Order: sequence, then C-alpha cells, then structure tokens
Amino acid sequence: MEIPLSYYLCLSVVLFVVGVAGVLTRRNAIVVFMCIELMLNSVNLTLIAFSSFLGSITGQALVFFAMAVAAAEAAVGLAIVIAIYRNKRTVDIDKINILKW
Amino acid sequence: MTVESLVFFFLAAFAVTTAVLMVVQRSPLVSAIYLIANFFALAALYLLLRAQLLAVLQIVVYTGAIMVLVVFVIMLLNLEEEGRVRTRIAIRTWITVVLAAGFLSEIVYVFFVAGTPAEGTTISAGAESLGTVESMGEALFGKFLLPFEITSLLLLTAILGAVVLAKRKG
Repeated sequence: MEIPLSYYLCLSVVLFVVGVAGVLTRRNAIVVFMCIELMLNSVNLTLIAFSSFLGSITGQALVFFAMAVAAAEAAVGLAIVIAIYRNKRTVDIDKINILKW
Repeated sequence: MTVESLVFFFLAAFAVTTAVLMVVQRSPLVSAIYLIANFFALAALYLLLRAQLLAVLQIVVYTGAIMVLVVFVIMLLNLEEEGRVRTRIAIRTWITVVLAAGFLSEIVYVFFVAGTPAEGTTISAGAESLGTVESMGEALFGKFLLPFEITSLLLLTAILGAVVLAKRKG
C-alpha cells in the first residue's frame, strides 16, 4: 500500500494544531517561540508532500527559503527575549504586557 | 501493510507524541529536547517523501543551529519552571479549543466528506531525482536566483539585528 497524500496532510494539520494550542496556552516566551517553530515545520511538511506528489521542485525550494527565514527569525526572536529578560527579569508573556495598551 | 507504511505510521505517531509532550512539559529545557526529537522524526518523513537534501538540512539547520541557540538561551537565562498551566479556565483556553476543533473538523471534511482528488495519490515517478542536491541547486541558482540572493540580505539583516538587540548598553 502506497501512502496517500492525505495522510501526510493529516499529520501536518495535527502538528499545526498542537503548535497553535501551545502558543495560546503556554506562558514562557521561549516555549511559545518553539511552538511557532513546530507550526513552521508542519507547513514545511505540507509543501514537501505536495512537491513530491506533484513532481515539482517549487515546493522544496520554498521550504529551503522557509528554513532560512526561520533561522533569521530564531536569531532575532531570541535576541528580543534576552533584551526583555535583561530589563524585566522575566520571560512570562502574561507579565510582559506593556504593549497591550 | 508494506514496510513504507509501517515506517510512516511509526514516524507519524512519534512526531505527534513528541509535539504533544513538548506542549505539556513545564520545564522549557525538556520541551526543547522533545522538539528536537520531533524534528528528527520530520527529517525521516522528508526522506520518506524523497527530499534528501531537505532531510539533511532539517537536521543541520533546525536541530544543529536553531535548537542549539534555543537551548543556549534557556540555559543562559536559567529559567524556573512554569507554574500550573492555568489555575482558572481563561478565555484563551476556549479560543484554543475552538480553533483546534475548527481546524480538525475542516481537514476531516476536506478529506473524508469532499473526497481526495484522483491526481497525486501516489508519489510521482521522478520524485527520487527531484530532491537531490543537483536538482535543488539547479532550481536555486536558476529559477529562484533572485529570492536566493535576497535571502543573503535577510540573513545579514538578522545578524545585525540580533547583535544590536542583545548588546549590553553603554
């Protein structure tokens, strides 16, 4: 039995939903950040699945760029977390709410 | 059940389990370790999809660079464990439940009620030669040359931004 495309898409959506749940329920900024990485990866899985099922390289090239953007995002995001921790001594996103008003 | 589908189901179960454990873990460091395990499972799934170069890049870039950076920051900040996830049921929890249920019901509708398209039900015949370094290189330096060059600008900006943000003032 060959694995159909829909199985990969189902796995991807489950991983994405777990990531969304993590972003909305966790309070540690770094864990929220890791949940965003999980969501990015589930979308990468979708792109690669479509790419190899349709026989087109475009999806894989897009994943390559998504990885580069994720690396850049990781560097800047963690620098922001360090800067916030230095000022407020916490990374709890419920306590970092000054931008809400 | 062929070997390929057995491998797929094992990897899928592993990926989902590690993702859920990552979200429910209270220690950020343990969360990071579970996420690394999840990335390894995804890399194996990429191999199953015949994307060899991206499977290697997944391990090198994600677990080798990004997650090492995350673990470094966690250890640097010496974070305490989070308290109980929620003491009272906040409105955010309800948003989570509604969003997750919505996503899942949508995908179930698309696949099992609307039906899957006839095209693309098996991996295409040329997929093995598609994910190699050679064909990826041809695509990146041919069709996607401009985005590829712009990526280098993006990375330069990110390096500068990270240094400026994390630098101690004075």
